[in-house]
Amino acid sequence: MVEFPDINPAIAELWLALAAMALLLVGVLRGDSATRSVLWLGVLTLAVAAWLVWSNTDVSAVTFSGMYVADHFGAFAKVLILVGSALTMILSMDFLEKERVGRPEFPVLVIFASLGMMVMVAANDLLSLYVGLELQSLSLYVLATFQRDSEKSTESGLKYFVLGALASGILLYGATLVYGFTGTTSFTGIAGALASSEEQSVGILFGLAFVTAGLAFKVAAVPFHMWTPDVYEGAPTPVTAFFSLAPKVAALALFMRVMLGPFGGISDDWVGIIGLLSATSMVLGAFAAIGQRNIKRLMAYSSIGHVGYALMGLAASSPGGVRGTLVYLAIYVAMNLGAWGVILSMRRLDGGMVENVEDLAGMARSRPLLAAAMAIFLFSLAGVPPLAGFFGKFYVFFAAIDAELYLLAVIGVLATVVGSYYYLRIVQVMYFDEPAPSFVAPAGTTGAVVAVAAVFTLFFFLFPAPFVAEANLAALALFP
Amino acid sequence: MEPLAIPLGHFLSVAAVLFTLGVLGIFLNRKNVIVILMSVELMLLAVNLNLVAFSAHLGDMVGQVFAMFVLTVAAAEAAIGLAILVAHFRNRGTVAVEDISLMKG
Repeated sequence: MVEFPDINPAIAELWLALAAMALLLVGVLRGDSATRSVLWLGVLTLAVAAWLVWSNTDVSAVTFSGMYVADHFGAFAKVLILVGSALTMILSMDFLEKERVGRPEFPVLVIFASLGMMVMVAANDLLSLYVGLELQSLSLYVLATFQRDSEKSTESGLKYFVLGALASGILLYGATLVYGFTGTTSFTGIAGALASSEEQSVGILFGLAFVTAGLAFKVAAVPFHMWTPDVYEGAPTPVTAFFSLAPKVAALALFMRVMLGPFGGISDDWVGIIGLLSATSMVLGAFAAIGQRNIKRLMAYSSIGHVGYALMGLAASSPGGVRGTLVYLAIYVAMNLGAWGVILSMRRLDGGMVENVEDLAGMARSRPLLAAAMAIFLFSLAGVPPLAGFFGKFYVFFAAIDAELYLLAVIGVLATVVGSYYYLRIVQVMYFDEPAPSFVAPAGTTGAVVAVAAVFTLFFFLFPAPFVAEANLAALALFP
Repeated sequence: MEPLAIPLGHFLSVAAVLFTLGVLGIFLNRKNVIVILMSVELMLLAVNLNLVAFSAHLGDMVGQVFAMFVLTVAAAEAAIGLAILVAHFRNRGTVAVEDISLMKG
């Protein structure tokens, strides 16, 4: 007789799963008219889940036969994921209504994707890793295709599906090799098996390489990034915003958990690879974004660059590095959320959405507050002190220097300088170019999210300590 | 009678060949998206073969349980992939790979 597992550590996930199914029922029974109420109920659901995670941060437990781990690291990442998902859901309300694509499936899919992400960051076994990753990915494929009458949206969904399925396949193939050559799928077991042998077999190294490649696909690190610009451009804008926030946090947190958990003992074998992924992502993100006219495409390259900076903390493979990456991710979520709020407000008076950089021309005169907020986010994304983005980079750079990765840190600083060019070019277009036709006033929900994100980005330097202390506790959970 | 034992290496080789064929099918295929979906399935089946072979070799059930999960998820993945393909076909009237090119650069 198998003992019933302790479900308390996973209470937030269970709540999310049950609430999502209840909301799906509401959506099916009430039809499209229920979209707005389901959206708000979805935000509430995510907020309750975030509260459940937050009030149990001290719990450190392994349950479900070792498949699932609840620790401070997971709690930090989960709160970030849930807050990011909830705020993107608020951002999307106005778009769904005005583009007439509001269907109650949207919030339900966002919640299922968030549930998958929570399982990913709490995985303690290759099996739960895979199931969580697929729950997230399958929801995201559908979300990318959500505007199903739009050619661009379906094309983006198709591309995302094919390359996402390829990435899952590669990851899975690596997982089978790791299982075969260590004899277990449990992260703890793999770490033990690797520690007990002096020389690692070729099979394990092959498995590690495949797992790394699959995860690099999911975080969109160079050279596995080619799907990102197309998918980001084609997907409906709120979905793109969602893609660049919560799934990035989840995939990077999973990346850290897998590399430092089961493969932590053989870090010499992977630090170089992660460093290479990080350096190429930073450089490509900086250079490829320069020529982009479409702002969604530009943000896609920007997100590739930011993944490079976040991976720098993992390449350091130290508690300081993980802390740096976690702080970086939190700040990245805040500033990116704000920037996407502004992009979602780029709606002409005749009702059409525009998405080119030059459409922002002269926004400082027609919408001064929105332009000021966008300028804050762009300066922060570029890493200008004293805005939040600077602190994110500060912690990862110092972690890299502490780990004696001098070359990586230098490449990072140089990429930041190049990257500033295209961020500041947008500021120049907004403030100094001949005005383009004005935008409609942003919706109240969008404006509120942009304001919150702007305040956080602007005043982060006043209160970094509690935040960094929290990230520190989370990082230490990965280094027992 | 003693069962004829096929060494583990043979299974792994077949799986590796199938997996490579699946990956090549995705990258080299220039005709039809449905072929890409089939290639994805081929990759997942190679993975399953690996899992079952390792499971038998190690005498450990986890691999077979894992294979059942992979089969289930592959079914869901195929359903979603075909649904997206149908949505794409309704908009564009074609499933040719070279026509999936509205966005590039």
